Amino acid sequence: MDKSNTYNDTVVRQFTIMTVVWGVVGFLMGVIIAAQLRWPDLTAGISWLSYGRLRPLHTNAVIFAFGGSAIFACSYYIVQRTCHVRLFAEKLAAFTFWGWQVVILLAAITLPLGLTQGKEYAELEWPIDLLIAVVWVSYGIVFFGTIVKRRIKHIYVANWFFGAFIITVAVLHIVNSLAIPVDATKSYSAYPGVIDAMVQWWYGHNAVGFFLTAAFLGMMYYFVPKQAGRPVYSYRLSVVHFWALISIYMWAGPHHLHYTTLPDWAQSLGMVFSLILLAPSWGGMINGMMTLSGAWHKLRTDPILKFMIVSLSFYGMSTFEGPMMSIKTVNALSHYTDWTIGHVHSGALGWVAMITMGCVYALVPKLWGKERMYSIRLIDIHFWIATIGIVLYIAAMWMAGVMQGLMWRAVNADGTLTYSFMESIKQTYPFYTVRFLGGVMFLVGMLIMTYNVFKTIGSGKSVQAQPVPQSA
Amino acid sequence: MSNFWGWFISIITVVNILGCLWLIRWTSKKAPGEEDTTGHVWDGDLREYNNPLPRWWLWTFYLTIAFAVAYLIVFPGMGQFKGTSGWTAAGQYDEEIAAAEERYGALFAKFAATDIEELSRDPDALRAGRNLFVNNCAMCHGSDGRGARSFPNLTDGDWLYGGDPSTIKLSIIMGRNGVMPAWGPALGEEGVAQATEYVLSMNGREHDAALAAEGAQKFAMFCAACHGPEGKGNQALGAPNLTNDTWLHSGSREGIAQTITNGMNNRMPAQGEILGEDRAHVLAAYVYSLSEGGERGSDSE
Repeated sequence: MDKSNTYNDTVVRQFTIMTVVWGVVGFLMGVIIAAQLRWPDLTAGISWLSYGRLRPLHTNAVIFAFGGSAIFACSYYIVQRTCHVRLFAEKLAAFTFWGWQVVILLAAITLPLGLTQGKEYAELEWPIDLLIAVVWVSYGIVFFGTIVKRRIKHIYVANWFFGAFIITVAVLHIVNSLAIPVDATKSYSAYPGVIDAMVQWWYGHNAVGFFLTAAFLGMMYYFVPKQAGRPVYSYRLSVVHFWALISIYMWAGPHHLHYTTLPDWAQSLGMVFSLILLAPSWGGMINGMMTLSGAWHKLRTDPILKFMIVSLSFYGMSTFEGPMMSIKTVNALSHYTDWTIGHVHSGALGWVAMITMGCVYALVPKLWGKERMYSIRLIDIHFWIATIGIVLYIAAMWMAGVMQGLMWRAVNADGTLTYSFMESIKQTYPFYTVRFLGGVMFLVGMLIMTYNVFKTIGSGKSVQAQPVPQSA
Repeated sequence: MSNFWGWFISIITVVNILGCLWLIRWTSKKAPGEEDTTGHVWDGDLREYNNPLPRWWLWTFYLTIAFAVAYLIVFPGMGQFKGTSGWTAAGQYDEEIAAAEERYGALFAKFAATDIEELSRDPDALRAGRNLFVNNCAMCHGSDGRGARSFPNLTDGDWLYGGDPSTIKLSIIMGRNGVMPAWGPALGEEGVAQATEYVLSMNGREHDAALAAEGAQKFAMFCAACHGPEGKGNQALGAPNLTNDTWLHSGSREGIAQTITNGMNNRMPAQGEILGEDRAHVLAAYVYSLSEGGERGSDSE
């Protein structure tokens, strides 16, 4: 068969495999640093195993390596299926795979060495930033090139989200990473003081909004209706929540800087737009959940759908919690406590990781020409272990966070603070233990998934390229 | 913020909020023929219904927008418009500080009127002092005041600048900056080794007698000006006593040699502006109690 009449799934398969691999690595990193918080002497003072260096490695591995690979895999798969064409600029697509893996590898080397720009989720030094920019622009060319040569007039909603995500992340990454190099491994931010902080959190919160939300909504919009065998609930809801979501997320960054030297007006705008963000966020949840109405019975037999529906529930929960935490009076209690860590992980584990796992389980049999995953029962076991792990994690962090917030503000009759910082740490230890256990469960689930995926790939006949539908 | 940026911010704020409202109005109108699915099909079986927006969701959206508009009228947000309430973060801070001063000021003024030595036997003052200590001093000196390398132990009765109550209070209020020049360039490697052996000998530690004898001359020339001819130190300068085997930085042979070679610049930040004099007074009483065996406010862990 003529190659142009088939889909390019090679790059999709590569990214899918790496999603699973980086998932294991990233979650393992998380478990290690969770253990370090509970047992601070765990790594015997070895500098490159210290918490301060492994923590950015954990965040980079889960967000950009695990999450990033999943996004690449799914967006390349979806854009071809919903445009009815083979991928545009395939050599460039191959470059995005290898380029992205090199970025991750460089991160895994430089971060433990302590080479960092010190910006959260943007720690990598300037030469790696340049490589990211090149890979990202290539990604944009491949994706939008495929959209341009599509053979179906209407652009599917999943692609709106991927498109917005690719453009915005390019802007965010380039603007926030502007720096003046001193040498190959050291640079200083181009922005001074509080402006630097504002640029960083404009980047940081939109990394959440676009990398970890818009892109995964794109995955959701393809795989949920496919898996449920039902049409998307509401096209008009897609339209309104898409435009509202991408325009309003842009404003939310200042809520990371409440009660700092950031001017009052910026803090106010950050807060009110974070609140307005509630409805647009829930639009995506509603559209996903209601797509399942009429097919609820499938939840009994299909653990992949369970992953998807639970991920949407966590998405709804954390996008409710986020606006609440952005209210200044709530933030005064929650800020700098482990409540924030709980909030982030209800989004990261509950939404991002769970929807990714659901999509990968749906994708793997199709990519390797199998009827279904090697073991449906293992998917179910993974689902329950992961879900219980998340609940342990976030419940522990909620309690720890509220306790810390209350301890830090407790005042004696003579006006002095009741507790020292160390006392609040000591009180947090039991919660750190529970959080560690939750993390271990989540990692175990991922290992089960890895086994299941490789068993599926390794079994039976070889792969055949899938044809592009010719009528359209 | 200049006028231009004020307007710039205000205009895009209004445009974005109005844009959301327009979007909601536009999509909640149902055009004729919009029943069932939209008619688009992708990838064989991907279709879309065009169900109306859930009412409760719409009302949530309207409600958050209404809240935002009200908030931006009352609080600063729209460029240079300060909001009808006149609230500022700095203003709120000042108010809270003033309220705290009014509430607790009298108590600390009463403490401040008492002599530090007497105060170091007052359990109420020590409790307050301990709370100030664990939240302001413990990150360097440790929760128990026993210090760490380069951070002085406050419980051992060995003082760099003096352990009488008024000196302790002065250290707290003004901070301290202990500077020792780097002698490596002047002494050379050999000279540093000799001086190191001499310093060890002054503490009755195992040393090389021949090197120490050479070191004694070096000491008299380079070190005695601050540490005194007998190495007993000088509290006026904060130069440590080098004869009691109590070490601020490191007492190992390598550590001593390193200090001589590279010098030191040890700084304790001034706490006066943060605490105010009355609280510094109470804190001084607590620190004094740590070494003087007064009624300890510290926990014994």
